[in-house]
Amino acid sequence: MKTFTGRVVAPGEVKAEALVSHGGLNTLASFQKALQFGDKMATCGDQNNTDLYGKQMAGKALCLPQTIGSTTGGLVLYCACSMGRQPACMLFSQPIDSLAGAGVILADVWLEGENTHMPVIDSLGEEFLNYVKDGMTITIKENGVIEVA
Amino acid sequence: MILTEEQKAIWNGEKGENLAKVMQTMIRYGELFGAEKLVPVTSKYNHLVTSFGLKALGPVYDLMDKLIQEGALSQQQFSCDPRPLDPNVPKNFLQDFIFKNFMYSKQNFYEGQLKELGLMEKDAFTCTCYMDEVGNKPQKGEVLSWAESSAVVYANSVLGARCNRNSGIIDIMGSIVGYVPYFGLLTDEGRKASWIIEIKTTKKPEAQLLGSAIGMKVMEDVPYVKGLDQWIGSTLDDAACTYLKDFGAATASNGAVGLYHIDNLTPEAKEQGEALIKEGAKVYVIDDAELQRVYDSYPVVWKNPDAKPKLCFMGCPHMSLEQLITWTEKVETSLKEAGNKKVVIPTVFTAAPGVIKKFEQTEYAARLKATGVIVSYICPLMYMNNPLCGKMPVITSSNKLRTYTTARYYTDDEILKQITKGGNK
Repeated sequence: MKTFTGRVVAPGEVKAEALVSHGGLNTLASFQKALQFGDKMATCGDQNNTDLYGKQMAGKALCLPQTIGSTTGGLVLYCACSMGRQPACMLFSQPIDSLAGAGVILADVWLEGENTHMPVIDSLGEEFLNYVKDGMTITIKENGVIEVA
Repeated sequence: MILTEEQKAIWNGEKGENLAKVMQTMIRYGELFGAEKLVPVTSKYNHLVTSFGLKALGPVYDLMDKLIQEGALSQQQFSCDPRPLDPNVPKNFLQDFIFKNFMYSKQNFYEGQLKELGLMEKDAFTCTCYMDEVGNKPQKGEVLSWAESSAVVYANSVLGARCNRNSGIIDIMGSIVGYVPYFGLLTDEGRKASWIIEIKTTKKPEAQLLGSAIGMKVMEDVPYVKGLDQWIGSTLDDAACTYLKDFGAATASNGAVGLYHIDNLTPEAKEQGEALIKEGAKVYVIDDAELQRVYDSYPVVWKNPDAKPKLCFMGCPHMSLEQLITWTEKVETSLKEAGNKKVVIPTVFTAAPGVIKKFEQTEYAARLKATGVIVSYICPLMYMNNPLCGKMPVITSSNKLRTYTTARYYTDDEILKQITKGGNK
């Protein structure tokens, strides 16, 4: 087991299975089909993301460097949270980008309800993304500390 | 964050509960990126990325309703990304049924919301709002609250305006409160380049391919591109602006670039030159082999990679008037060479409604129509985002469309051969 510390973007404690993207997560390309066609497990539709393509993102601890692509990214994340199809948490190795940041803040400020929250930690460092592998168990503790086992 | 008295009053709810939440959103968004203040939005118009009444985006329409009901409307009029539907674009009965009754069943409702919130005019739907024919062209130094990745990167890089890569919803919220947080591409420091791109190709690089290569390499950083002026000149004429439109869209969709500088061409590079480059900037050399490597890396996700294309889309982002005219000539010439009268693959060229109107006033419109090419204001990306189109073998020279859909990318020359001669030969 190894611990990493980052910055809390959206607070919360959670334990979930890791799903790792070594490249940037293209939010629109990844979520659009799931949101449009009722895929509650949010199967990743981004053909360019060989780490995630075809894998279920809902309920996973999504580990990534940052998000990329269309500026609909933030509202797509907001909708995913609103519909309960979001990852259990998002863990960024780099400082969060403006699109993902917007989505996380929008969800935190505007959404109420049990299954709409998504804890987010950023700035976990490159070593985090090198260490974590699909299927590992991630536990988010307080103050931006996460355990990877 | 330091707020003015007016900003504090909004934040405290003196102008309504939902407006207070809008202000809270903008403050928290800014604080995330170290902004110490909010600055006024100074452009005449805004531009929004969300143009589609997609049933799945119900939470967005609910939020817009809350704002409208409280009278929290945009302080600026705005343009919006392209419409997802156009009766002129080929589709079968089933596609038409799904588009209208399932996917985009909220289109009329959402367009009604946009009108109430401050849409510029009924046809202000395009991703290239900065075209002269559309009229939403910000001035150098103006502060924007835009979204739409291809428009933001164009406004920052080619026009010298200042705008972060805002997300949808954040775009209109900045316009509603009249302020955006001061960070990133709004600041002088945030506009400096941490990558030097050296172009060492033996011919003019394909705009969409070059942009893709740079986007995938630098991600969200600012690149300073050297050596491109030898291919596209040192003046921002129509041809150069068209090239940069397509180049920029690829950098933004294949990566997350919000600003690039082209040595000896774009406004800030002309003024400041290499002073824009940060100390310790990384170097990425692009030659013919590197472009080929990038091209070869694109996955082909068609069920049958050898399928005959059923549709070709050009214009993601929307084509310029200059492109429509030069492509009319190219298609005519290539058809003549092949001994064909009309394109052999159904082909759609997309452009802004204002650009189409201007094009229709030229002799080229009838000439293009005679080749069988359809001109439309549609968003090809939104057209293709459904399971039926996903299975269709669609070709395009747009790297943005390739990234977000199952469309297969070809260079402009390859597309021309395919649509006029029937095959990549």
